[in-house]
Amino acid sequence: MPTYQITVNGVSQSVDVAADTPLLWVLRDHLDLVGTKYGCGISVCGSCTVHVDGTAMRSCTMTLEQVEGKSITTIEGLSEFGEHPVQQAWKEIDVPQCGYCQAGQIMTASAFLERNPNPTEEEIKNAMNGNICRCASYNRIYRAVEKAAENMR
Amino acid sequence: MATNTKMAFSRRAFMRTTGLAGGGMLIGFNLFQACKPQVTIEPPVDLSNLDYKDFNAFIKIAENGVVTIFSPNPEIGQGVKTSMPMIIAEELDVAWKNVHVVQGKLDTENFERQVAGGSQSLRHGWDALRQTGATAKQMLVNAAAARWGVDASQCTVSEGVITNPNGETLGYGDVVTEAAQLEIPENVTLKKPKDYKIIGKDAQNVDIDEIITGKPLFGLDYKTEGMVYAAVLRPPAFGQKLTSFDASEAKAMPGVLDVLTIGDKARKLVEAQPNIANILSTSDKVVVIAKTTWQAFKAKESIEAAWEDDVKMESTEDHDKVMNELLDGKEFNTMREDGNVEKAFAEADQILERTYEAPFLPHNCMEPMNFYAHITDEKVHLVGPIQTPAWKAGAVSAMLDRKPEEIELEMTRQGGGFGRRLYGDFVLEAAEIADKIRKPVKVVYTREDDMNDGIYRMALKYRIKAGVKDGKVTAYHLKEAAVNSNMYGLIPNFFPAGAIANYKVDAAVYKSNITTGAWRAPYTNFLAFAEQSFFDELAELMDVDKVQMRINLLKKVDAEADERIQYSPERMIKVIETAVEKSGWGTKPSNVYQGFVNYYCHNTHVAEVADVEIENGQPVIKKVTCVVDCGIVVNPLGALNQIEGGVLDGIGHAMYGDFGFENGKPLASNYDRYRLIRIKEAPMVETHFIANEIAPTGLGEPTLPPAGGAVANALKAATGNRLYKQPFAKFPELLKPKKQEIIG
Repeated sequence: MPTYQITVNGVSQSVDVAADTPLLWVLRDHLDLVGTKYGCGISVCGSCTVHVDGTAMRSCTMTLEQVEGKSITTIEGLSEFGEHPVQQAWKEIDVPQCGYCQAGQIMTASAFLERNPNPTEEEIKNAMNGNICRCASYNRIYRAVEKAAENMR
Repeated sequence: MATNTKMAFSRRAFMRTTGLAGGGMLIGFNLFQACKPQVTIEPPVDLSNLDYKDFNAFIKIAENGVVTIFSPNPEIGQGVKTSMPMIIAEELDVAWKNVHVVQGKLDTENFERQVAGGSQSLRHGWDALRQTGATAKQMLVNAAAARWGVDASQCTVSEGVITNPNGETLGYGDVVTEAAQLEIPENVTLKKPKDYKIIGKDAQNVDIDEIITGKPLFGLDYKTEGMVYAAVLRPPAFGQKLTSFDASEAKAMPGVLDVLTIGDKARKLVEAQPNIANILSTSDKVVVIAKTTWQAFKAKESIEAAWEDDVKMESTEDHDKVMNELLDGKEFNTMREDGNVEKAFAEADQILERTYEAPFLPHNCMEPMNFYAHITDEKVHLVGPIQTPAWKAGAVSAMLDRKPEEIELEMTRQGGGFGRRLYGDFVLEAAEIADKIRKPVKVVYTREDDMNDGIYRMALKYRIKAGVKDGKVTAYHLKEAAVNSNMYGLIPNFFPAGAIANYKVDAAVYKSNITTGAWRAPYTNFLAFAEQSFFDELAELMDVDKVQMRINLLKKVDAEADERIQYSPERMIKVIETAVEKSGWGTKPSNVYQGFVNYYCHNTHVAEVADVEIENGQPVIKKVTCVVDCGIVVNPLGALNQIEGGVLDGIGHAMYGDFGFENGKPLASNYDRYRLIRIKEAPMVETHFIANEIAPTGLGEPTLPPAGGAVANALKAATGNRLYKQPFAKFPELLKPKKQEIIG
């Protein structure tokens, strides 16, 4: 099996996995970073969203070859103690119901607000539309993104 | 279960233990004793004997005053891990911020309601949880009073600090060791709602910090040393059985440790408990054991398997045909009958009859089904997301011929439930695999497994017929045709039962080999749409105001005279009138089209108004106003989340949820071909509670069923088209507005 050198949450890691192994399963099963969730495996639900060089990407269909030499951030590395403004907004608004999809939602929202700190309603909804919440906590997801944008200003 | 707050709560329901490491008191309580009073309870001699056989929930008070509450019921996103401990903390009289909540384990034998289902956790727990907190508080006060030499009744408590008439104070932690030596008091006094400091105040989800930082919480996150992963190849179509397979490629793949089959134990269990066959295929299944999840998934894909058709391979067309035949036929189980509907129809001036249709639905929990099992000669250790831990532990015990006390089941946080995790077929699989390989193993479903090996909401049809005479509704006949099972006994007594003199509910069933079961708000999740659409059309036929027609019917109900009727016409009318006011019903500008519904299920009264506007020639659901009477609102922050989620889930499935079969095979297997509601389709939900001091009822389900009806009625107003079939998005021609003059 090939060896890949990847950087996750600032730490350089060496992993031996088959070339087709998605980043998602490397994070979860090899590096014990289980905050990134498996939802669909085909890049349509957003539960597995991580940042690759600051851009929100779906880790369930991403190979290690694609992320070698790039900086990967997972929910565990977004902040040390959950103090990132998006995490804090999620807490303030009390967004989660079951909570399973929320790491992916937070990763999508945080990358989006980096690029667009003053979003309109439509821009927030467009940005978050790729992330499914089966509990349908969408009203609160919207308000939390709005709140985070406020907090970041 | 009695709702009387003075319900006898035997001392046997309590147990306290001293000698905790670091001191303190542990008070155990049997939350469900009232459900099964013959249970006898022996306090353990020491802590090493402490287990969950007799006590399924505990309060631990440390000498430093920190309070830990073990919450007994499964947490699937409905918020009971927060709201149930809040009720204990209220009566215990401690500051909520000083309370630490831990998920309790399962009591495998004695108790009946350690279940997440039916929106019943709060309703059932309300009395016992309050009694528990109040009892512990009284023991602490008694201990402080004894130390001071004053009468306990002269002491007051606020947030864990006891004050005597001289103004001296003691914290709970100061007296906890003495309190643990005292007799357990009976007949404790409960607080009055006006004195509540925690109940009725917003409390954040107790797991919020762990959720937002991605800590391991869910079944899929659970790991132990040496744990391996299992992927299971199940029949691709319902009704098929495995005949042979070739796993030579799989066995050579990296990380693959073993390929084996299971099925013997499952069949043995089905022989002993035939009903299990309703949720579990008895075919052999091929299991790949691998070092990682991905390796297990990949190896499973490489297996070449041959299947034979064991029974008829069913398609959606077959279901459609057979359910129409059932509705047209005469073979019904009559579930309620008042007066004589046939006679009333014969005498009616006007008759309205409509048929409504809904497909199967998968649950689609975001966390796919999974379960951990580790089986040794000494113990059966099961860990994971399950809504019915007691039932499943019992089934594993029977299946593996193990003593109930050898089974330890721990619940993780659950990435959604919606009814799917009531069934625990995946627990049985995990146990059969673990019993074979004798290693710690976790069964993980792929999304495709999860969607295609489901226990679905059954396809349903309703036919409703009403008769009108002299401007009044004189007859109402509801017929249900359903796959596998019919509505349960309470539903035929929901509104409009009691409001119409000649009233009949008939049900007919077709037994399919497709596995079906409870799906969030079973039956009513579709029935509410059918009935609420029908009422609108009936009001149009009678040329009366749609809301007034509902109120007129409710005013005819004498709920006192019929014990089967659990809904309250007075509470329902109040909810309706509040919804009219808050939604601006009838006062909106002409570009806002509204749809009105009211509904009662799971002991909660709800009214919803959907606002639809036309944007770029298409109707858009802009807002839903939701009015809820669930009695005392324990945690408004959590309650609002349930209500909003229920409304949007109801809209999402009414609009998009479509799941069919062809020759036993599901036609969708992932979210590319199965549409769930997303943020852009989600309207704003505005919620209003009816304030009262009635014992609380659940919120996990009640706002979902009427939401589809609210939208359908608003879409009718906006487009002129009446919708009879779900999902609405399957009929795009009906979602286009008719010519302007028709709408006006």
